[in-house]
Amino acid sequence: MALDQSFVGRSYPPTDPYEVGREKIREFAVAVGDANPAYADPQAAKALGHPDVLAPPTFVFAITFKAAGQVIEDPQLGLDYSRVVHGDQKFAYTRPVYAGDRLTVTSTIENIKSLAGNDILDIRGEVHDAAGEHVVTAWTKLVARAADTAAEGA
Amino acid sequence: MTAKIAYDDVEVGTELPAQSFPVTRATLVQYAGASGDFNPIHWNEKFALEVGLPDVIAHGMFTMAEAIRVVTDWTVDPAAVVEYGVRFTKPVVVPNDDKGATIEVSAKVAAKLDDKQVRVDLLAKSDDQKVLGMSRAVVRLA
Repeated sequence: MALDQSFVGRSYPPTDPYEVGREKIREFAVAVGDANPAYADPQAAKALGHPDVLAPPTFVFAITFKAAGQVIEDPQLGLDYSRVVHGDQKFAYTRPVYAGDRLTVTSTIENIKSLAGNDILDIRGEVHDAAGEHVVTAWTKLVARAADTAAEGA
Repeated sequence: MTAKIAYDDVEVGTELPAQSFPVTRATLVQYAGASGDFNPIHWNEKFALEVGLPDVIAHGMFTMAEAIRVVTDWTVDPAAVVEYGVRFTKPVVVPNDDKGATIEVSAKVAAKLDDKQVRVDLLAKSDDQKVLGMSRAVVRLA
């Protein structure tokens, strides 16, 4: 069943703050095999002009995708998550994410489309710091495939 | 935001150093833990086959994280990346052996923009298949 178009433009309440930890950044950088010292060594980050270690560019997805759970699990929207694959992902940064940041995410449904039985859902996550300043916006396109086709995306 | 590459030193067509990134089942388990994405299609072969996949596949976000390393290793300062977007076109299939899969990433400057920014287009392939489409970053240079 196609998703209800009237959900386009709907925003969900900001999440509770997520506190970015130095060790969580380090763990993520190790998991992607990235030895850039700016992710692990505060002195190396400071030498580049940063206040503390910064997170790799895609780190924030873990936070925005968890926030998008409000949309994905909204019973009124009725998305069948078992059929969902990740279609597109984009980030636009005002500044990097730093260790010590307390980040909140406000998720908005930007678009809903139905194509050949697939439901396509665009979610925008606006990430702000404790001072209310914008840090990064994440756009996530999810595709809920028609029930009889195999998953192809990732 | 002190990228080491100067805007004036690059042209449209300038190639960034290409890199290959290995990915095994162990890599995916480690990434699952670090990212919190425990979808079983990334570690459970039986489940992956049941939902119609050829085998366990890498997290799309893992591939996205590897691809941008070609840019951040080039600029040295990761904060030089001001925009980054991809389309997940094909999964990276990761067999259950010691070798796993390889993600090969190349990139070149596609446009020079205002404010010392350039657009970098990335090409990510695995097993000779393009795995990311529309893979682009806007990068602020020195």
